[in-house]
Amino acid sequence: MTVMTDAIVVEGLAKRFGVTTALDGVDLTVAEGSVLGLLGPNGAGKTTVVRILTTLLLADAGRAEVLGLDVVRDADAVRASIGLTGQYAAVDEYLTGFENLEMVGRLYHLPKAEARSRAGELLERFDLSGAADRPAKTYSGGMRRRLDIAASLINRPRILFLDEPTTGLDPRSRLAMWEFIAELADGGTTILLTTQYLEEADRLADRMVVIDRGRVIARGTGDDLKAQVGGQRLEFTLSRAEDLTEVAARLRPLAFEDARTDEQTRRLSLPVHGGTELLAEALRLLEGSGVEVLDVGLRRPDLDDVFLTLTGHAAEDVPTADETTSEPVPAAGGTR
Amino acid sequence: MTALAMAVSDSLTITRRNLIKVKRVPDLIVFATLSPIMFVLLFRYVFGSAIPVPGGLSYAEFLLPGIFAQTVVFGSTITGASLAEDLQKGLIDRFRSLPMARSAVLVGRTVADLLLNVLTIAVMMITGFVVGWRINTSIGEAVLGVLLLLTFAYAMSWVMAFVGLLVRTPEVVNNASFIVIFPITFIANTFVPIDNFPSVLKTFAEWNPVSAVVQGARELFGNVVPGAPEPNGWALQNPVLYVFIWVAVFLAVFVPLAVRTYRRTASR
Repeated sequence: MTVMTDAIVVEGLAKRFGVTTALDGVDLTVAEGSVLGLLGPNGAGKTTVVRILTTLLLADAGRAEVLGLDVVRDADAVRASIGLTGQYAAVDEYLTGFENLEMVGRLYHLPKAEARSRAGELLERFDLSGAADRPAKTYSGGMRRRLDIAASLINRPRILFLDEPTTGLDPRSRLAMWEFIAELADGGTTILLTTQYLEEADRLADRMVVIDRGRVIARGTGDDLKAQVGGQRLEFTLSRAEDLTEVAARLRPLAFEDARTDEQTRRLSLPVHGGTELLAEALRLLEGSGVEVLDVGLRRPDLDDVFLTLTGHAAEDVPTADETTSEPVPAAGGTR
Repeated sequence: MTALAMAVSDSLTITRRNLIKVKRVPDLIVFATLSPIMFVLLFRYVFGSAIPVPGGLSYAEFLLPGIFAQTVVFGSTITGASLAEDLQKGLIDRFRSLPMARSAVLVGRTVADLLLNVLTIAVMMITGFVVGWRINTSIGEAVLGVLLLLTFAYAMSWVMAFVGLLVRTPEVVNNASFIVIFPITFIANTFVPIDNFPSVLKTFAEWNPVSAVVQGARELFGNVVPGAPEPNGWALQNPVLYVFIWVAVFLAVFVPLAVRTYRRTASR
């Protein structure tokens, strides 16, 4: 086994905004060349961690180092070696894609010619060449996000921070974004990625850290987490909420834990080990019950399941000062 | 690159970026040129028909330096509103995560707005000539008059830069600053002589830096009656010096204050 050095080291990080505690002693490390998924619901403190690491915010307590540089004392050196893509695509909408990248290149103090050639290169790489000379105002959400990531790569950073890179994107743009991120990771860039989606972290990250209300509640590989959460979820939607109890009782033998039911949505979620054969089995168990099933399916555990298992409560949507912005929050498909 | 060379280069990059926006957003050009033209025409023909100027000076000559001052003072809100917009859109976060000079975003902003003011003043001067305003002094003095206006506007820009970073919403910057800017441009010698103001307002007008900008510009453009009695108060008797004291104070207070706020601010 090779010994990897840590590109990011965070110890005892704490931050309060007025009466809200955003971070309450976060420790984490990211090995050089690896991808860390920082997973948590809105308001968990993910963005605050990224802000502190990228020198945008001062922590109240604790220590953070990026490539061995202290983010407070050596802030300038840190800025020169990182790239940041925020939650809301920070591109200048009046500038064209090319002008945006050229500007950022100049602000990294690349010579003019190099800033321009680098801009062209990145536009090409992110499929934006055709739109290079159009103001970013005319770009779709996915294009803006790609331009934003391109901007954070101008200086070939060794470490890249991606704050919810796919929030608000349509499924196709999300897939494309995943491919770009995987490519960067393959190229050796150390990446810290925040996300609300277990699937996203599972797909992109080598290791995950789950935070809730400013504290780390779990860490490990995707497999570690899934092993903790366990199995699959058999999900039923019924036409009558009264039937939920009966269905839960009849299907209990299939599950390794009690079912979760929701009266409001008339939905039932059953933790199971196994594959599609369980679907047939479940339907057989319901035969003759008179229960009307609207929808049935088998799915992988999501962040809600992780939270339920680890904390006993669902992933809450508690907006705190760090993750609310004055802009409307883009509708994030899949959040609950 | 030395720190100074870096600050200059970064500020130029940001200035360029801000000017590209001016080019692409017609609203800004309209605000910067059409509205002053409208003010010149309205005041010249509406108020000009009723306001007698002492000493038989034409109202157009009296008015134009006032309109110049009013326009550049109003224009300083652009600095604040634009910074608030950048903050809202996450651009300030982007800039703050780059290894660029901490002053560059603010310097680039205020310099771009200064250049916009040059354009605005040029348009107003041309309009002024059309409606009867004249420069009755030397070219040198006239240039000094323009510089006086631009210098004061630049200092006001820094005040508004601080306000913009503090307030964070472009609309609020506009509304809040007009509550202050309207009175300071109107309780002054901008559009009417101040001799008949009620006493409190008159004292305010005599020490109002906007009055001094207007008085200074009138003297440098030669829009005063030769041999007219000196205005009341030290400020209006030494308008250029008085304006420069204000400029020095504004810059000494608000440049460090705005840069400090920029360093700490984040688009929450």
